[in-house]
Amino acid sequence: MDKDTILSLGDALYDALSARRTIAPLTDAHPDMTIEDAYQVSLRFLERRTSAGEKVIGKKIGVTSKAVMDMLDVRQPDFGFMTDAMRYDGEMPISSTLIQPRAEGELAFVLKKDLTGPGVTNADVLAATEAVLPCFEVVDSRIDDWKIKIQDTVSDNASCGLFTVNEAAAIDPRKIDLATCGMVVSKNGKMISNGAGAAAMGSPVNCVAWLANTLGQFGITLNAGDIILSGSLVPLEPVTAGDVMTVRVGGVGDCTVHFT
Amino acid sequence: MSRTLSEQQVKELAEHVEAAELDRVEILKITDDYPDMSFADATAVQWEIRRRKENRGNKIVGLKMGLTSWAKIHQMGVEKPCYGFLADYFSYADGAKVPFNDFIHPKVEAEVAFVTNKDLRGRDVTVDEVLAATELVVPAVEIIDSRYKDFKFDLTSVMADNSSSRGFVIGSHSATPDACDWSTLGVVMEKNGEIVQLGAGAAVLDHPAASVAMLADMLADVDEYIPAGTFVMTGGITAAVLAEPGDTFTVRYQNLGSITLSFA
Repeated sequence: MDKDTILSLGDALYDALSARRTIAPLTDAHPDMTIEDAYQVSLRFLERRTSAGEKVIGKKIGVTSKAVMDMLDVRQPDFGFMTDAMRYDGEMPISSTLIQPRAEGELAFVLKKDLTGPGVTNADVLAATEAVLPCFEVVDSRIDDWKIKIQDTVSDNASCGLFTVNEAAAIDPRKIDLATCGMVVSKNGKMISNGAGAAAMGSPVNCVAWLANTLGQFGITLNAGDIILSGSLVPLEPVTAGDVMTVRVGGVGDCTVHFT
Repeated sequence: MSRTLSEQQVKELAEHVEAAELDRVEILKITDDYPDMSFADATAVQWEIRRRKENRGNKIVGLKMGLTSWAKIHQMGVEKPCYGFLADYFSYADGAKVPFNDFIHPKVEAEVAFVTNKDLRGRDVTVDEVLAATELVVPAVEIIDSRYKDFKFDLTSVMADNSSSRGFVIGSHSATPDACDWSTLGVVMEKNGEIVQLGAGAAVLDHPAASVAMLADMLADVDEYIPAGTFVMTGGITAAVLAEPGDTFTVRYQNLGSITLSFA
């Protein structure tokens, strides 16, 4: 894919984000687009956001569950970048910022040391982690009706939306088994899903190591201070203004978000 | 809830259903022949099967709840949970090679179990009261084996069939009831090294202890209760996974170790 096409697709996604509207899947017009092309598009999309003043504060890993991998017919996750404009605490204004939001319960890692792949092991991830926090990521898609192929979601910054973490529930990673910790998600007071850490590629720690090693190929480091969203442990849930959701993580704590 | 079957019919059905378990043969669900039988009739059939085993010298070593998750209730198309008893020969050791031929079409599910230290009786038992009457919580795996062809049944039929009870394995890492919030306890089930199921305790009626409370409530229907010292399996946190000869299952529990069993 040539440079001009990459720029124009990145710009089209940024315009869709700004106008809060969707566009046709990029793969409709560009069926031969590769995942590598898609990452280049996503970097252009991100460049538009940072040019507008947003600051990158973390990264996310997507497509970590077997269900979503099967849906997109891929055997690996993807990644995106989180900016300060995506972070909200407690109240999240989805009706004025997002298009077709879906919430997912996750664990977020806050790093205290840089992680640069290749060669990052799970031990490196644990040693570089300041704290693990319960987190809601609210994903969104700039693509019509979420009709995404892997190249579409990668281009679209891994279908990023907004996120919230509960810093009061931050826990030292040495105090918890991240693969077996349970997760219970409720919406408007009713339990809707449950899972455990292993739902994300066998362990959220595997996910962060994968991200560090994959970004290493792009010359990108996970930085001290970054918030890393490690992938959903439960099915995605559509949300609308007025909904209240809580995620509880065994041995960690909970995180509640009010959608407005 | 009223009874529609005669004592003679209850005895005949108990013999019929228990024979299927003992001979490891599938039968059609009994409501096909007795469409009007009630849950109370089914309860009577189950208790008659229990008496038959006790008369034969088997010990009853615990109780179990079944169909306690909303997912399972919807999957099986039933209205509410059911309970059953555990006989001594249902027990298999952690790490055991379980003879596949002990079963018709076994399925494996991950649970937590409670051992009580006070009587639990009546209709208004709360989660807190269950926890206050709990000696320990321990991970457990249940091997269910409905006697009904293709696991096709209704609530009445499954209740009469001792709620598909046939096997269980108890882990070695127990905990006090205040050790954690049991509703967020995570479990991960692997079959032959691949993750096939995972979940958290809240999958069971929002809290596994609520399942013990519901058991007390259901036992009150027949003027029974949960005596102090009872081992109670609370129902699957995960869906039940079909086992085949040669399969190995490992279930990992948050802070409570793991349980492994193989089918030989």
